[in-house]
Amino acid sequence: MSETIRFGEELERLEGIVRELEANDADLDRALTLFEEGVERLRRARALLTEAEQKVKELGSAPVD
Amino acid sequence: MGVGRLRPAAPEGAWSVSQVTQWARQAIEGGFGTIWVEGEVSGFKAYPSGHWYFGLRDAKAQLRCVMFRRDSQGVTRPPDEGARIYCFGQPSVWEDRGEFRLTVRRLLSTAEGGDWKLALERARAALERDGLLDATRKRPLPSFPSRIAVVTSPDGAALRDIVTVLARRWPLAEVIVVGAIVQGDGAERSLRAALARLKRIEGLDLAIVGRGGGSREDLWAFNLESVARAVAAVPVPTVSAVGHEIDVTLCDLVADLRAPTPSAAAEAVVPDRGEVLARLEQLGRRSALGLERRTRYADERLARASDRLSAVIGQQLERRGARLAELGAQLDALSPLRVLERGYAVARDRAGRVLSRAVDLPAGQHFQLRVRDGEVPAVVDGPS
Repeated sequence: MSETIRFGEELERLEGIVRELEANDADLDRALTLFEEGVERLRRARALLTEAEQKVKELGSAPVD
Repeated sequence: MGVGRLRPAAPEGAWSVSQVTQWARQAIEGGFGTIWVEGEVSGFKAYPSGHWYFGLRDAKAQLRCVMFRRDSQGVTRPPDEGARIYCFGQPSVWEDRGEFRLTVRRLLSTAEGGDWKLALERARAALERDGLLDATRKRPLPSFPSRIAVVTSPDGAALRDIVTVLARRWPLAEVIVVGAIVQGDGAERSLRAALARLKRIEGLDLAIVGRGGGSREDLWAFNLESVARAVAAVPVPTVSAVGHEIDVTLCDLVADLRAPTPSAAAEAVVPDRGEVLARLEQLGRRSALGLERRTRYADERLARASDRLSAVIGQQLERRGARLAELGAQLDALSPLRVLERGYAVARDRAGRVLSRAVDLPAGQHFQLRVRDGEVPAVVDGPS
């Protein structure tokens, strides 16, 4: 079974990080941790997008009669 | 039967009649398979047995047809003489009579209100009754599917189109091709079986079911109630992509989304990689800005805090100074030296203990008297 890429979850988390960074109530330590996490996720997501190669698997014809 | 003895050189090698008809039947059935035939009804006759016999003709030729009871009983009413109809069946040879004919399995009238429409309406009503056409049943498509199943002919143009579009827009998604026969004989069973297989595919996010454009007869399998029900039973959001825009099939009606063509289906189910990349870049800029603002804010707060701290300490020092002076004054007032200054004296014995009561001072007792400016030796007067 190939690695399943849950890109949507990745993007959602990233958007959550940005929203929290844009709010002014996080303390600085938290903001720095968030920023580091965001940068890492951004890098991974970008790599997924630019390096992805389509995989096609054939199950073959369904049995008939 | 071998083709080698097809052309006997002499009467001794002659074929029997039944051999010829049998050979002809096998050759014709194998050569045609099951097909749709369009023509005008001529010489229709229904027998008490339930079997129907009629001719199908066009301007140049005629084809004898038989429809057995098991199939004719599913038709709402017999076709009118001269009506244009579609027959789905198997060309064959009736060996008893050495007659070439079409064994009809399904018959659809093209006339307004004919069987074609009736069959469709009946199936549609059944689906509607079971709630399968409700708008509330439609599931939203996932934004970023990672595994997509495609139910279609494994060597059709539809599959090529879908795979090409998915590769260009969103190569992150794995494509699982579930091959099926999409027209003619076996299409119904094959499509149903393929659709049923989808629920066993792990991690499946989405399915596309369809085929390229074709005639109304070519698309017919997608108008069958049983196939539509199989589409409705797919456990993940399903997009139908059957032929051309003008024809809406039953499968289109039960699917979560109907796409006019296979390419359009592929466009609809995945985002565009370039657009998502742009969105990522924007998120990167926003988080950098967010952090910058956050840092500036912390800086300002620090400066403010430092100002407040020095102000508070200044106030505290001032307050403490005043209190110290006050305490010093109190201390001063209580000092014994100040008492001595006022003319009092303190009597103490040699050990320095204060003699403050009469009993401490019997007659003849020597003691020290502390006065304002020094000590004076003294003795108690009287007989000792």
